[in-house]
Amino acid sequence: MPDTGIGARVERKEDFRFLTGQGRYTDDINRPGQVYAYFVRSPHAHAKIKSIDTAEAGNSPGVIGIFTGADMAADNVGSLPCGWVVTDRNGDPHKAPPHFPLARDKARYVGDHVAVVIARSYAEAREAAELVQVDYEELPAAVDLNAALGSGAPLLHDEAPGNLCYDWVLGDESEADAAFAKAHHVTKLDLVNNRLIPNAMEPRAAIGEYDGGTDSYTLYSTSQNPHLLKLILCAFVLGLSENKLRVIAPDVGGGFGSKIFCYAEETVCTWAAKKVKAPVKWTADRSESFTSDAHGRDHITHAQLAMDENGKFLGMKVETTANMGAYLSSFATSIPTYLYATLLAGQYTTPVIYVNVKSVFTNTAPVDAYRGAGRPEATYVVERLVEVAAREMKLDPAEIRRRNFIQPDQFPYQTPVALQYDIGDYGQSMDKALEMIDYDGFPARKAASQAKGKLRGIGFSAYIEACGIAPSAVVGSLGAGVGLWESAQVRFNATGTVSIFTGSHSHGQGHETTFSQLVAETLGVPIENVEIVHGDTGSIPMGMGTYGSRSLAVGGSAIARACDKIIEKSKKIAAHLMEASVDDVEFDNGTFRVAGTDKEKSIAEIAFTAYVPHNYPEDLEPGLDETAFYDPLNFTYPAGVHICEVEIDPATGVTEIVDWVAVDDFGKVINPMVVEGQVHGGIAQGVGQALLEGCVYDTESGQLLTGSYMDYCMPRADDLPSFRVGMTETACTHNPLGVKGCGEAGAIAAPAATINAVTDALGILSMDMPATPEKVWRLANQHAQAAE
Amino acid sequence: MPTVSMTVNGRAVTGEVEGRTLLVQFLRENLSLTGTHVGCDTSQCGACVVHVDGESVKSCTLLALQAEGAEVTTIEGLAQNGELHPMQAAFRENHGLQCGFCTPGMVMSAIDLLNKNPDPEEGEIREWLEGNICRCTGYHNIVKAIQSAAASMRG
Repeated sequence: MPDTGIGARVERKEDFRFLTGQGRYTDDINRPGQVYAYFVRSPHAHAKIKSIDTAEAGNSPGVIGIFTGADMAADNVGSLPCGWVVTDRNGDPHKAPPHFPLARDKARYVGDHVAVVIARSYAEAREAAELVQVDYEELPAAVDLNAALGSGAPLLHDEAPGNLCYDWVLGDESEADAAFAKAHHVTKLDLVNNRLIPNAMEPRAAIGEYDGGTDSYTLYSTSQNPHLLKLILCAFVLGLSENKLRVIAPDVGGGFGSKIFCYAEETVCTWAAKKVKAPVKWTADRSESFTSDAHGRDHITHAQLAMDENGKFLGMKVETTANMGAYLSSFATSIPTYLYATLLAGQYTTPVIYVNVKSVFTNTAPVDAYRGAGRPEATYVVERLVEVAAREMKLDPAEIRRRNFIQPDQFPYQTPVALQYDIGDYGQSMDKALEMIDYDGFPARKAASQAKGKLRGIGFSAYIEACGIAPSAVVGSLGAGVGLWESAQVRFNATGTVSIFTGSHSHGQGHETTFSQLVAETLGVPIENVEIVHGDTGSIPMGMGTYGSRSLAVGGSAIARACDKIIEKSKKIAAHLMEASVDDVEFDNGTFRVAGTDKEKSIAEIAFTAYVPHNYPEDLEPGLDETAFYDPLNFTYPAGVHICEVEIDPATGVTEIVDWVAVDDFGKVINPMVVEGQVHGGIAQGVGQALLEGCVYDTESGQLLTGSYMDYCMPRADDLPSFRVGMTETACTHNPLGVKGCGEAGAIAAPAATINAVTDALGILSMDMPATPEKVWRLANQHAQAAE
Repeated sequence: MPTVSMTVNGRAVTGEVEGRTLLVQFLRENLSLTGTHVGCDTSQCGACVVHVDGESVKSCTLLALQAEGAEVTTIEGLAQNGELHPMQAAFRENHGLQCGFCTPGMVMSAIDLLNKNPDPEEGEIREWLEGNICRCTGYHNIVKAIQSAAASMRG
C-alpha cells in the first residue's frame, strides 16, 4: 500500500474533478428562476451623486428591479465594516467612515457601486445598466498617495480630515535616536512597494437566494471564509439573524487574500433576492475584478538602518505611508500595522526599531490583504536595507546577514516589535541556500555572462513571516474584532469512514489531500475513507477560514485535537468490548490493543459499536463524532533564504531569472509536493511584483490605467524559470503538529531577492519595482555610460 | 433566434442562440458544460480553451454560430470511461494544478501543443503557454506535467 501519511507526496484527491471539468465554482451553479445583477459603477474617481434616474432603464426589456443606495438606506442596510481597530499615536481609534454597499452621497473611486440593475438575463441587465442616468458633479480626486496627505488635497470623507485614517507608531523614537547617534554608518533608503491587483483566475461571483417559506437566505460566494462573511453580513450589514443565512463557498478559483473580504456585490445580491423574490446572480467580468477587487501593497517608505563598524545592526527607523483606497476593506487597517511593522526585525537581532505608519484615503479601490499582506512589504524594507547596507559597508551580503542572525540558542526570541519568535535556525537555511546556488561559483558565472555582453546579478532575501494567524487574545488586545481560532469536527460514520468538517477553506491549497493525510495517519484509516467537508456554514461548525497561512497550523491543529478526542472516547469503548481497563488500552495505527495481550479491536469496529451500541459502556454516549476548537498560543514563524540570480541583456533591458533557490523552514511538512507547489506559486507572484506587475491610476483623473490583461502584466510561463526548492526544519514549538505554514512565503521572499539581484547586476543601490525592461534598459545604459 | 448545430464531445447538439452568443456561453449555459471557464474579457487568460476541429481555440473569441457543424472537444470530453487522458494524468501526477480554474484551458492547450510538437523543449512549452494564465502554480509544475505527458504519449 502506498504511503499516504504525514510526509508523503500524495497525489491530490481534488484533482480528478478539476481535471475532468467537474469542479463546481460559484458561476457554475444555477438556481431555479435565477435573475442577474449588473452594477452601475462610477466612471469618476470622485463625484457627488446629485440624482439617479432609473426610468428609462426600468422600461428596458427583462428588467425586474433597479436599486440604489437610497433603497438600501430605507431598509437600514449598514456599512461594510472594517474589523480591526488600529489605535493611533494619540490613543484614538482609526477614522472609520461608512462604506455603504451602494454609494449614497458620493462615488469615491472609479468602479464604485452606484446602483444595481436586476434583469432576467445578464445581457438585459447590462444593457439596462447603460440606460441608468446618474447626474454626477465631478470633484477633484486625491489619487497620488503623498498628494492625498498634502494640505488642500480633495477630501474623501468628512470623518477623516486630511484623508488620514491613522498615524500610528510602534517602538520608542528616542531609543532609536540614541542608537542612531552611536552608529558607525547609517544606510538610508526610499522604497515604493508597488500596488498590485490580486487577480485570482476565477472572478468573484455571488448568488443570493431568499426562501420566503422559512424567511431564510442562502448566499453562494467566492469566499475564503464563509463563516466570517456570514457573521459580517448578519451582525453588521444586513441585520439578519445568523441562523437565517447560510453561506456556501463551493470550489473557489484562487483567492490570495482578495476573497477574504465582505464585498458590496454579494451583500447586494443577498439583500435584493428578497426584493425581487428570485435568486440573484452576479459574476464579475475581469474588468470589474480589476476595478473593484481589493488591491494589495501600495506603500511609500523611508527606512534607515544604523550599524556599528562591523556591520552589526544597532537600530532601524521606518516611516511608511500606506494607501487604504477610498474605503476601509474588511481588514485593511491591520495590514500596514500589525502584519507589517511587527515583522521589521526580520531574522536579525536589531535591538531597537521605531516605526511610524500613516494610512491614507485616496480615490482608488480599497486596499487590503494580498498574499503575504504586510509581510512582503516588511521583508522588502528589511532585505533591501540590509542588501544596500552590505554594499555600502563593502561586506558580503551573506556575511552581513549571518553577523546579525538571531542564533538558535536565543529562542524564544523577543523582538523589539512585539513578536516572540519560538524557534528557527536561520544560518542553516543560509548555508543550504548558498550551497544549492553554488555561491562560490558566482564570480565565474558573472564573468561568463559578461563575456556574452550580459549583466549578471545575485540577490538574497532572508525573510520571516508571522503566520498561523492568530492567537485570539493577542490579536484582540491589538484591536481585532474577531477571534482567530479554528474549528474541526471529526465524524466517524457507522461503517468506519470519516467525515471531517473544517472551518478552513481550500481554494487551491489542497486541504482535501493534506488534511486527509493527517487524519489517515492519526486515526489509522485508509485515506480514501476520509472526506473533507469545507465551505458551507450549513454543515460545518463556526470557523474562521483561510488566510495568513493558517489552515494547517490552526485548522490542522483543530483536526488533530478532534482526532485526540475520538481516540480518547474510542479507548473507553474498546476497553468495554475487550473487558479491560481503559488505562491498559493502547492505540496504534487504527488498532486498539490491551497491553500485554493479543486482544485487539480496529477503529472501524469501535465506530460501528458506537453507532450500534448493543454492547456498550453504560456511562458513555453513543456516537463517535467530536468537535474541537483550537486557538493558537503564538503565531508561527516560517523563515528561509531565497537567492535569485538574474542575467540582464543591456541591449533590451530584459531581465531573465536564470536561477532561483528557495530554502524554507516550514516546520513539519505533511505533503512536500503540495508545499513545493505553494512555494512556486508564491515566488511567481513575488517575481510578478518585482518585474512585471504594477497597478497604475492616472493621478489627475483617477482612471485605472491597468484595467485589463492587456495593460496589467501578469506573469506568463515564459517570464519565469523553474525553481529549486530546498527545506530545513525546526518544528513549531507550540502547535500539536509542529507546522508553520507555507502559503505566503514565496510572495514574501521574492520581491527583495529579485530587486537585490537586478540592482546587483546593474551595479546600483536601488530602483523601484516593477523592474520593467524599459526601466532596466535606462539604468543599464546609464550604468554602461558611467563605466566608460 | 437562430439555431446552431455542432458535435460536442462526440454528441450531436443543437441549440437556439443569439447572434452575439459566444461559443463559451453556448457550452456553459446551453449545454451545462461548465468545465470550460471564463477568466477574462479580453481573450487573454485562456481558461476557456477548447478544441474546435482539433485545434485549440479560446471559446470566448468565437461566436457559437461560427462553430456551426464543427467538432468541439471540451475538458469534459477527454477522459474515456473514467480513464484520464495522459495529459490529465500528468497534471495530477506532477501537481500541475492548484485551484483548478485555469486547468481545463491549460490541459486543452497543452494537448494541442503536443499534437503539433510531440517533443517540445522547456522553452517551447513556456512560449506556447503565453495565452494561458495561471495565478497559482508559477507554471513550474505545469511545464513538468507537459514534459511528462509528452514522454508518455510518445510511448
